[in-house]
Formats: sequence, C-alpha cells, structure tokens
Amino acid sequence: MWKQPSPANSSFNEFNTFPLPQTQRGQSSHAHHGPVGHTQQPLVTGTSVLGLKYEGGVMIAADNLASYGSLARFRDIQRLHPLGKHTLLGVAGDMSDFQWLKKELDALLREEDALALTDSHPSLSPKNIYELLSNLFYARRSKMNPVWNAVLVGGWDKVKQESFLAYVDLLGTTYTAPTLATGFGAHLAQPLLREAYEAKAGIDGNGPLLTKEEAEKVLEDCMKVLFYRDARSLNKYQIATITSEGVSISDSKSADTYWKFAEGLRGYGAQTQ
Amino acid sequence: MALYHNAPMAHSQEPTAAPIEHRFNPYSDNGGSILAISGKDFSVIAGDTRQSEGYNIQTRYARKVWQLTDKAVLATNGFAADGNNFVKRVKQRLEWYEHAHHKPMGLKSIARMIQTMLYGKRFFPYYVYNILGGIEEDGSGAVYSFDPVGSYEREACRAAGAAQSLIQPFLDNQIYFKNQQPEPGSQPFIPGNLPLATVLSLVVDSFTSATERHIEVGDGMEIYIVMNKGRTTDDLLGEGKLQKGMQIEELGALGEGSGERTFLVRQALKRD
Repeated sequence: MWKQPSPANSSFNEFNTFPLPQTQRGQSSHAHHGPVGHTQQPLVTGTSVLGLKYEGGVMIAADNLASYGSLARFRDIQRLHPLGKHTLLGVAGDMSDFQWLKKELDALLREEDALALTDSHPSLSPKNIYELLSNLFYARRSKMNPVWNAVLVGGWDKVKQESFLAYVDLLGTTYTAPTLATGFGAHLAQPLLREAYEAKAGIDGNGPLLTKEEAEKVLEDCMKVLFYRDARSLNKYQIATITSEGVSISDSKSADTYWKFAEGLRGYGAQTQ
Repeated sequence: MALYHNAPMAHSQEPTAAPIEHRFNPYSDNGGSILAISGKDFSVIAGDTRQSEGYNIQTRYARKVWQLTDKAVLATNGFAADGNNFVKRVKQRLEWYEHAHHKPMGLKSIARMIQTMLYGKRFFPYYVYNILGGIEEDGSGAVYSFDPVGSYEREACRAAGAAQSLIQPFLDNQIYFKNQQPEPGSQPFIPGNLPLATVLSLVVDSFTSATERHIEVGDGMEIYIVMNKGRTTDDLLGEGKLQKGMQIEELGALGEGSGERTFLVRQALKRD
C-alpha cells in the first residue's frame, strides 16, 4: 500500500535503513568532490558478435575471448546470454559493463517471472527487451556515461511467430536486419552473411531462408575468417539458436584452420632461415 | 559540422608529450537524405531507408519519415539515435496535447513546438535535421525546415542530409524556378503550385540521382503524400499514375480524422 510520507529531513526510513541513502538535492553538505567519474574507455573487451536469421529461428555466434588490450586475457568467457525462454543477447565491448547488464536484466526477469506466476502477466518479448536496452543505452550515452557495449538481441516472437534480430550500441544507435555483425565482423563477416542470406532469400527476403545446417555452416565460415584476420579473436566460439522451442547455446567449438601456406612465407626482413 | 568540430589547435598551445585523452563522443552520423515539397493543397515528404556509419551499411531499411497526425509528417536526418528519440518525444507531446485539448495539434503549432524542443537542448543538441510537412489550417500544403538547435522557417521545399548539396540546387531550379526565365508574355513563375505528378517525379529523380552520386543514399525510398480534405486523388490513384515498381498504401486516419488523407509510396533504390 501507499507509504506514509516521511519527514523531510529524517535520518532513517521505514525500513530502518542506515545510513539513509543520500540523494543530491541542493543543500547536501558532503557532495562529491570534483566531477563524477565515468567509464571513459573499455578495458576488458569482447570482439565481434554475428547474427543471422534462418528458417524457423535466428542464430547468434560469439567467441569465448575477453581481451585486455592486445593480451588474450580470459579465454573461456561466454558472451552469449539467454534472457528468459525466447531471447538471447550476444555482447561485444566492455565485459564488466556486460556483467553489470546481465545482473540488471536477470534481476528484472526474476521479477517478471514472479509476476507471471500469480497473474496473467505476459512475459517480456524480445521486442520488449530490445526496447528496454535501446532506452537504457540512449539514456546512459545522454548522461555521457555510456554502457560500452554493442549488443545483438536475437529472439523468437511468440505472437507473430517469427524470428527477431536487432542491434543496440553504446550511442543508443539501433537497427534491425536479417543479418547483423558488430565490430570487425561488420567489415569481414557481414558481407559473407548477406551474400549467403540473399542467395536464397533474394534481396527482398521473400524467398526461402537458409536451413539450420546452411546457417550454421555460414556462421562457422565467418568465425574462421574472423579468427584468421581479427587479432582480438579466438578460435573457440559458441553458436546459439533461438527458435519457437526456446534458446539453445552450443558447447564451445573450433573451426578447422589451415596454416600450411605459412611455411612458405618469407617476410621482408633478413632471411635467416 | 562546424559546430562540433574541435578547432585545430594553434601550434603554440599544442601540449607536448601529454597523454592522449580519449573523450567519449556521444554523436554519430548515420547518412541518408530527406526532402519535402509543398503544393497548393498537398505536401510530399520523402526519405531514403539506408542507415549507415562510415563506409558500413548498418541496415537497408530504417525509417526516417514519420506520420505524426492526420495532417503532419516529420522527416528526421542526422544521428539516428537522436532522431528516433526526438520523434518519440514529439509524439508523446502530441498525445498530451490531444488529451488536454480534445483535438490534434495544428501544423504550425507542431512546428513551433519542435523549435522549442530543439532549442531546449541547445547546449547538448539533438544532432538532427528535421523537415515537417503537411496541411496548414487554411488547407494549403506546407513545409517547415529546422536546424539542429531549432531555427526554422516555412518554405516551398527543402532537402536535408547527406545529399542536401546534390538535391537542393535541383529543387531551387525546379521548384523556385531559379535561373529560369518565363517565356515572353507568359505569367511569372509562382513557387509551390506544381501539380502532384510533377512533384512526385521530381522527388523520385532527386533520390535516384542522389543514389548514383552519394554512397550514403540508396536501398529504398518512402514518400508520404498528405492531401487536403476534399482534394481529388485521381492524380495519384488513377490508372498508370504511379511509376513502375512503386507500391502505394493509404494510411488510415489516426484519430477521428478530419478528411485529410495520407498515402505512403515505397520504391526500391539501387543498393550499391
């Protein structure tokens, strides 16, 4: 029920929380010293995330690396995060911001699940989660305190019975497309994804979509290309599929790579061998 | 944009061996172009559907033109995130207005509201160029154009965005009849009185030409046509009036409707 209004300057609240959280309202005596510190650069980062719509669902791929600058610091990080039954995030960018995001969204989903138990409360659709992320990222960039990530939201829309794929980033920039890629993937993988998608579906996307096997093959090819050319990537990645059945995330896997050609390569320097 | 460029530092004040400070830049440019032309009793507002950043095409379909009321359509161009959020706020204000006054906001009032909303963020601007088109209270077709901080004026036509410099001179010539001479003895030119068919083909030619010469323009085009109440639709819906490959739909009245009609014409543009 509605709370009793509390006295203007009381030092405790109805829950006896101590010390009372202080909000900055004008006359606050011990305000921050100097400007508020914000995330001004990403530290531990994840590289490309790829997304592709296929027959009956959407696939999202990301490798397992979290880099510290050029150091391959953490090599068993999962960058695919399921949210409820029919949504999954693939996250690039700052991994501590990603962890914070996971914590916040998981808390929200727990709350939503609890409501769904007692009420005819619809669960959050992929579209709802995308809208929430868009607003969150745009609000934070507008406070000059960005959430330093680029996120792919993959999902299955239960109402429309169709797949969902969208992008949000630290500027609050948003868009949807049948194939998506973040970071280096936007340069290296996106052309390959579009070529494969349009070869079957046509430029207007009206034709048949890729089958699950074809989509997986294309993503594996793309992850291999990224491993060959993106110095911040790792040949250990996961692919998630989101269908009407729900979310499933694969075990980590590797692409077959070929390095024999390197034997014959000679650099420009002194030929010592 | 001169407004946001860091002026190159004079050599004397250049810091030596200081660490490179990396400051978060809250803006981006998402390319694309928009354009609006008014007629005597109609208004045409158009935009392409490509959204890009640098040399990357982010998506081939992102909306830049928005139906606000039965007689107002807004086109946004510049930083897409600001554009989307600005339109969201404008629509919210329009809804509040309707609840308070039991009628939709008129076009010139929307224009003034947009100016105050833009100027309200004068010191952290929406990096968006807006063009508002529609039907004025007197039934005339109108176009209002804005700069990112709210300066605005009513015009007969306006192009904005990546291909502004390609399209506006063409419009100056074809709409304002600049560098044209009326034939001896004939009536002087009056801008803003062209027939719909002429305006539509000018819009299409503007975008196909901009697509040829500007890398950030292409993929698709959305043309909104707002018609005054009682106006004939034969010049749009009649047999063979639309060019090949065009698809048309009528957007139903948003509220109770007061007779104005809005149509949406889509056409593909080159994707390279």
